[in-house]
Amino acid sequence: METANLLASSGSDAGFMIQGLFSYKLFGQTFWITTTHVSILIVMIIILAFAVAARIKISHAEEYPTGFQNVIEMIVEMLDNMVESNMGVHAKKFRNYIGTIFIFIFVSNISGLVGLRPPTADYGVTLPLGLITFSMIQFNNIKYNKFGAFTDLFKPLPFLFPINLIGEIAVPFSLSLRLFGNVLSGTVMMSLIYSLLSNIAIGWTGFLHIYFDLFSGAIQTYVFCMLTMVFVSQKMPEE
Amino acid sequence: MEGITNEGLVLACSAIGAGLALIAGVGPGVGQGIAAGHGASAVGRNPGARGEITSTMLLGQAVAETTGLYGLAIAFILLFANPLIGRL
Repeated sequence: METANLLASSGSDAGFMIQGLFSYKLFGQTFWITTTHVSILIVMIIILAFAVAARIKISHAEEYPTGFQNVIEMIVEMLDNMVESNMGVHAKKFRNYIGTIFIFIFVSNISGLVGLRPPTADYGVTLPLGLITFSMIQFNNIKYNKFGAFTDLFKPLPFLFPINLIGEIAVPFSLSLRLFGNVLSGTVMMSLIYSLLSNIAIGWTGFLHIYFDLFSGAIQTYVFCMLTMVFVSQKMPEE
Repeated sequence: MEGITNEGLVLACSAIGAGLALIAGVGPGVGQGIAAGHGASAVGRNPGARGEITSTMLLGQAVAETTGLYGLAIAFILLFANPLIGRL
């Protein structure tokens, strides 16, 4: 059985797999605290610290912004513009949610730069994000289309119902798998490079980090928020 | 086939299968290239709409990428969370 597990177990001590740090028992189940928990905690602390600092700064804001206040206003304006250009009149209700997931996913994705294992490279993080988006889509669908939300499934022809249903249900999975796959492939690629070229991989791997962590992370963040907005505004009446 | 254990055969075939699964990357590559080319020509015709064209192009490319990522997911499952070994 040793040979049998060679490939299967070689993953568990490779650098890019999720590693359990310690376990505890609750109601007869064993739960693991993994590297994902630790890095998601660090990401949360960073975002919280930034938010508190921003709140303190904004609470006595100056007429002519300088330094840190400029940065905060830039971020908020960028997020507002992004939501507004995609959702039009409905933007007000959604910019909180879109802004939140944008900042969270972006900081998670680029946390690979400082040596953390990105939390979004764990399917247990991206699937809930997809499911939140899914429930938001369906909530707005029912809220705005009332009974039409169900009859839409039978359009344009009644026998297309199963295909329409699958199309609706596939949304959270395709959303979450896209984010997960992109971030995981970047993580795996980087750790393969570091473990294969252990002595040669010094310094010059920076440009790979820029591509896999910064560029790919930013694009995927943008795409996730964009698709969320597109799916939600599809279900709402245009005004 | 002397000296090859069942486990070894499964592992070898899984590795080959993981490689074959990544052929799925060809389709999205071609598709994204076509999208980027059309995006570039659209910017050439109408430079003013550059921002909107870029975001639409990225959105389409991200959707096109999904099939490639499914292949990647299969490859990862075969390599690191192989369900076939448990069946032996």
